[in-house]
Amino acid sequence: MSVPPLVEVSDLVKHFPIRKGVLGRTQGHVRAVDGVSLDIRRGETVALVGESGCGKSTTARLILRLLEPTAGRVIFDGQDTLALDRTGLMRFRRRAQIIFQDPFGSLNPRMTVGAVLREALHVHGIARGEAAARCVAELLDAVGLHADDAGRYPHEFSGGQRQRVGIARALAVEPEFIVADEPVSALDVSVQAQVLNLLADLQQRFRLTYLFITHDLSVVRHLADRVAVMYLGRLVELGDSDSVFGDPLHPYTRALLSAVPVLESEGRGQRIVLSGDVGHAASAPPGCPFHPRCPHPEKDETCRAVVPVLEERGGGAQAACHRI
Amino acid sequence: MSGPILQVENLRTYFHTADGLVRAVDGVSFNLGRGETLGIVGESGCGKSITCLSILRLVDPPGRIEPDSTIRLGDRELTRLSEAAMREVRGNAISMIFQEPMTSLNPVWTIGGQIAEAVRLHRGVGRAEGRERAAEMLGLVGLANPQRRLDDYPHELSGGMRQRAMIAMALACDPDVLLADEPTTALDVTIQAEILDLLCELQERLGMAMIFVSHDLGVVAQIADRVIVMYAGQVLEEGATEGIFSRPRHPYTEGLLRSTPKLTAKLPRLATIAGSVPSPKRWPAGCRFHPRCPHAWDRCREDVPPLLAVDQPSRCWLEEEPQRRTRRGEAGG
Repeated sequence: MSVPPLVEVSDLVKHFPIRKGVLGRTQGHVRAVDGVSLDIRRGETVALVGESGCGKSTTARLILRLLEPTAGRVIFDGQDTLALDRTGLMRFRRRAQIIFQDPFGSLNPRMTVGAVLREALHVHGIARGEAAARCVAELLDAVGLHADDAGRYPHEFSGGQRQRVGIARALAVEPEFIVADEPVSALDVSVQAQVLNLLADLQQRFRLTYLFITHDLSVVRHLADRVAVMYLGRLVELGDSDSVFGDPLHPYTRALLSAVPVLESEGRGQRIVLSGDVGHAASAPPGCPFHPRCPHPEKDETCRAVVPVLEERGGGAQAACHRI
Repeated sequence: MSGPILQVENLRTYFHTADGLVRAVDGVSFNLGRGETLGIVGESGCGKSITCLSILRLVDPPGRIEPDSTIRLGDRELTRLSEAAMREVRGNAISMIFQEPMTSLNPVWTIGGQIAEAVRLHRGVGRAEGRERAAEMLGLVGLANPQRRLDDYPHELSGGMRQRAMIAMALACDPDVLLADEPTTALDVTIQAEILDLLCELQERLGMAMIFVSHDLGVVAQIADRVIVMYAGQVLEEGATEGIFSRPRHPYTEGLLRSTPKLTAKLPRLATIAGSVPSPKRWPAGCRFHPRCPHAWDRCREDVPPLLAVDQPSRCWLEEEPQRRTRRGEAGG
């Protein structure tokens, strides 16, 4: 008997209308997320990777119901998140949290770090007064800050410390599931490593489940159990981290991996150069979204006309491609 | 082989702010050979961008290039040139490209018009000739249909194409030196790979020298012949790219390399460098890296180490007392 996944995403779709003119008539749609299905098991880290505009952040916001999907379902621990009422949603918010790329943008500059954390504890009725102060000290300690830091304001912290504050705030409500949206992209290399290690430690300590959104593939290699690769609103590949990095199936994943600059001189394969730019979700091509840039020698009419579905390819790997 | 095209010696750029003195660049020296690519790596606030801006004398008050700093381009001493003479250097002998092309391209002017203007100003050619050169440059940087692109506005181009247009503008007057400040940082990795290829190819074809500034060690490893590692306004280590990346001497370089996540290996933990980058208002005494260094001892806290050793100079007392190297550094903290 298998344990049901913590998060089940099925056929998630989000279309943003493009409005033009004085009357704001809808001229078309940006198909930001176009049929994403994904399970996230308890205690694992799933990385959602892709280039800018591929819809990875929108997917994360849909999963947390920070955005309402156009279609599709998100089941969290057996409950349909779209069917939740006010109290249900409040309870869900306590169990599922998010960490942003720029914590400065999400921390009130006029509140001390202690006040920010106490507010989270207060709103969710976790602790007040003395108990809250104790919680704040514990939280700061857990993320590698000092209890005295509670009296300081966000601008007094360095980038890495600020990200630690962002993590502490997400942890304050004792969540089970954390979406980390590019949490280390704005940090310096030496500090980035500290924060990645911290996230790994916290996962073990609090048995957290992560959805890790990033464009940086080398960060993902280190952290993820499974990797989902997104292109123009669709998943093109999904599999165990070892299989995606060791034996990528989809031509896009291959090109993406080959384009990452590496330090080691050996182990660098032939770079696959993609022609053209990442398309735009407002004018995604028919058929396979990747076909205009696809370097596959056997791409044909099917690729141009039929959208490939994400299919099992053995070894727990799935890919959406007509030519595998 | 002739001498270096650009010689920077004891460059100090300080900001005299109301809050006190900020020593952003504090005694940086390096040579750039003809046709060479020099990579400058370092974390935010290390002074790598200010170094580039200083070379073009684009640092605004309260920032100032301090006396005794020298920047020699061929036989010209840039720190002594008049503003008018400096304008002749910028965009002509030395060009610069930036991370975000939208900040250096004029949004209300066509791409072709902007490139042609640079050519007309520096080369004194006519309108038609300038336009022709602009089309030639856009073709050179790989824009399809360059004649038609001339009349496009910057917002009509994608990020990668904009970066190409900026490179076209920077190279329109055949500069001897190109300063590239994080030119691929804002781009997606597949586009970044294309731009890096383009820069390498153009450099070979045009024979210019390039200073490539980046925080991304992988990018620098790929493009540079020689690398300088900057920290807290100083050069900590300098050497051939291969040596820096496979046999780093300075503990900071070592730490940076180890804390960079690798595509090829899955490690249980990443090595880290303790602490964070110091504030430029108060650089630590002695070796500026000592508060974060796993090997530091008394001497590091008090005495400023010079760039020691010859082949691959490293600003570290370990060069004189290698037995002080502790195991903690190897374990990765």
